Amino acid sequence: MVTGKDDDDTGARRQGASPLLEMRGIQKSFPGVRALRGVELTLRPGEVLALVGENGAGKSTLMKILGGAQRPDSGSIRIAGMDAAIRGPQDARRAGVAVIYQEFNLVPALGAADNIFLGQELVRGTGRLGWIDRARQRREVDQLLARLSLSIDPLVPCRELSVAQQQGVEIAKALVAGARILVMDEPTAALTAPEVEALHAVIRDLSRAGVGIIYVSHRLEEIAQICHRVMVLRDGENVGEAPTAEVSRADLIRMMVGRELTEEFPRRHVRPGAPRLVVEGLCRGKAVQKVSLEVRAGEVLALTGLVGSGRTETLRLIFGADRRWAGRITLDGQPLALASPRGAIAAGIGLLPEDRKTQGLVLGLSVRKNFGLPNLPRLSRGGFVRQGEERRACTEYISTLQIRTPSSETAVRTLSGGNQQKVVLAKWLARGCEVLLFDEPTRGVDVGAKVEIYQLINSLAAEGKAILMVSSDLPEVLGMADRILVMHDGRITGEIPDAAHATQEMIMELAFA
Amino acid sequence: MNRQALSAPRQVPGGARPLLAVLSEAGMLWVLLGLCLLFTVLTLSEQHPSGPAAADALAADILRQCGKAPRVLVAVREQPDDAAFAARVATKLTAAGATVVEVVKGEPRDARGALERSAAGGGLECVAVNSASAEWLVFADLARDYPALATTKLLQPKSYFWPNFLKKENLLNIANQISVIAILAIGMTMVIITGGIDLSVGSLIALASVTAAVLVRDLAGGVEAGPTGMLLGGLGGIAVAAAAGAFSGLMIVCFGIPPFIATLAMMLVAGGTASLLARGESVYQLPDSFMWLGRGADFLGLPNAVVLMLLLYLVAHVVMTRMTLGRHLLALGGNREAARLSGVPVSAVVLLAYVLSGALAGLGGVVMASQLKSGSPNYGQMYELYTIAAVVVGGTSLAGGEGSMLGTLVGALIIAVIQNGMNLVGIESYTQRVVLGVVILAAVLLDRLRHRNWRG
Repeated sequence: MVTGKDDDDTGARRQGASPLLEMRGIQKSFPGVRALRGVELTLRPGEVLALVGENGAGKSTLMKILGGAQRPDSGSIRIAGMDAAIRGPQDARRAGVAVIYQEFNLVPALGAADNIFLGQELVRGTGRLGWIDRARQRREVDQLLARLSLSIDPLVPCRELSVAQQQGVEIAKALVAGARILVMDEPTAALTAPEVEALHAVIRDLSRAGVGIIYVSHRLEEIAQICHRVMVLRDGENVGEAPTAEVSRADLIRMMVGRELTEEFPRRHVRPGAPRLVVEGLCRGKAVQKVSLEVRAGEVLALTGLVGSGRTETLRLIFGADRRWAGRITLDGQPLALASPRGAIAAGIGLLPEDRKTQGLVLGLSVRKNFGLPNLPRLSRGGFVRQGEERRACTEYISTLQIRTPSSETAVRTLSGGNQQKVVLAKWLARGCEVLLFDEPTRGVDVGAKVEIYQLINSLAAEGKAILMVSSDLPEVLGMADRILVMHDGRITGEIPDAAHATQEMIMELAFA
Repeated sequence: MNRQALSAPRQVPGGARPLLAVLSEAGMLWVLLGLCLLFTVLTLSEQHPSGPAAADALAADILRQCGKAPRVLVAVREQPDDAAFAARVATKLTAAGATVVEVVKGEPRDARGALERSAAGGGLECVAVNSASAEWLVFADLARDYPALATTKLLQPKSYFWPNFLKKENLLNIANQISVIAILAIGMTMVIITGGIDLSVGSLIALASVTAAVLVRDLAGGVEAGPTGMLLGGLGGIAVAAAAGAFSGLMIVCFGIPPFIATLAMMLVAGGTASLLARGESVYQLPDSFMWLGRGADFLGLPNAVVLMLLLYLVAHVVMTRMTLGRHLLALGGNREAARLSGVPVSAVVLLAYVLSGALAGLGGVVMASQLKSGSPNYGQMYELYTIAAVVVGGTSLAGGEGSMLGTLVGALIIAVIQNGMNLVGIESYTQRVVLGVVILAAVLLDRLRHRNWRG
């Protein structure tokens, strides 16, 4: 157990020490999005730095740049006072940086020992023959595992280890590689409370040994317990940083959401009617637990919460993309079996998926063929596609939705994000869906196209359709929704019935539950 | 806010597609034409016509050069074709008023005897020969050897230059030889477009040919079998192969077994079953009329197997470009999850692809049994590999999601032309395999380069 005095000691040591890591003016753009706009980050030896921010604030991108998984457009990285040119994961490793992503990089069939020494095996003699010195590896692994308080058999294949144990193996791997800077991305997302305690003990131990740790997390309580300093990112920019002792939870939330409702959200004046889509007791494992909701005619219901809170999974269950373990779904009073997306589409439900590139579109096909896919039952006769009809319908939607494409025959691959999203929308509009499930409808979409998509959502609501929208973009949730549901760990943790008078702080309080 | 600049699509200027994409789409057709041109040039050689038309032309030539009623000696080797040629020349000449003093069918010394008799007798205006007998030494210097025959002309059909490759029989031969593989390649294209593979088609050829032959032998009366019996036997062979394809498809769709493994297992099962069914031997108790499909030529002189192949390609092309099935195949091959979330019945479509691949392999087996008038467990060995090669050379991506039936037909023809051309040029079969391997590699390389082009 670490005492307060101990903390003060290391704090004092940190003050004087020169920075271990300095990232200066880091910029990175993706098509349609500026993910990082000149971010600064400083880390001292032995320091545990919390990196927090909303979904999409740029935390992951910044850590990927540090780990060499992505290259910045501009900016510099200095490690222990030396310029570090990190062009790939190998460079990062050589510079003493180890990143532990949420998805572990372990070979499932190999044991802890082999994984820990993968690519840096201890060899006999000159090493030219590649004989692995198993005995020595074994001794070092035992020491490492003892230091990390991990009691695992180093020969058991990693796929049989628990998440916490695998995480321990990742940390051991980083230490063997000589990491001085350790990045942990949401390390406690899948851990139980005792496992979190154990992890924190390891982090304190590493901190005393002078390792600099960047702790990316949504869990503000943990940050208060374990981190010395907290740094907040918002929209790819630094918005504040302070010693954890000096900031309150409320301060942090205010810094994270700070963005005001500056964008124009088109207002709509619809009085929601009778309930159309009613979901009761929807369950699937830990991801979705007893979720009930109803969407009324002409209503936009927003489902929000942190990434991984079960929002997307809920939509997929309603759409039949995954099999639900329990729960009833009715549309206009009719119970729906919904065992497959095909059934859901036939019942009049459309899903605009979270990731249009992997789920929404067949990128190699043309705009017309993507548009036609869910509409083939209507656009074909006797198994033959009525291509003239299809082209006409597609061209019509291209002009009403103002999709910027050279023609209906262009491959969707070549369109910008916003226009791709409009093609997905066109698919469902042409199908005449009564219920539309939007999963992050404006992610990776530029500002102009965003407003057009908002207007479309409004006009759909005005037609009396039921709209269920998942979004991490809080201004968007506040600007678009009539009513807001917040999820946390697979459950609905709160409802804000009157979105017009809600604030981002209210939502974040519920989301961090 | 400059909305136009923000959301304008990143399009290729002028709609021009990347050079490589264009090359590889129309590219294989150019490769095919280039190969044809190459073999046309390489096989250009002197042609010595010997058919009835050549005989008629020779007779007319003799009458023109040697006056109204010439005395003619006809000399050829003793062979059926040569004799027919000589008889036709003699008949034509006689009909036109010439005197055919003698028709020699035999050796040069027979011709010597005839020449001596003519020299001693009424003389001779002309000796009619063909390209083979024209080489006989006895005709080398008539004026010196037989002063009496000093003015006698030696005439043979006019030769001309024409590539062996472009002869009608050779072109039909190419089409006939590739028909089975091309039929298989239709099903294989569908399977590969879904991102799968079907290794069992070669064995299914053997299984279907044996099944059909055994059915005809045991149930339809063997060599006495009527058309209905043969039709049912053929359909039985196709049905068995389709069922095998359905089984592989179910394993893939329901249990997630990789297509490579599921169809590899089926390859062994089907091949073994074919041997068991035929007891390791060929089944040849079939009526002659069983060869109608494989050897007959009822339409414009085209072999029936080639007509069948072309019809199937027409249907397959329409299915892929005009029908929902084709759209579903391309969509789920390009992005299975997106297709599923758009309501495509993914499992059913994938299953159907394997059933069709099996059924077409069965049809290929029946065609082959018909061509060779027997069913044998040894048919179709390595055919799965040639079929895959044809599909890949035709521009279908092994990653799935793109490909065309016409491309596959071109790919199959490329393989056939390479094999045929090398045969004509006299390249031995070992070298042929090396060349074929290099061609397949080059085609896939083109495919990879094209995809890198997209990513970059």
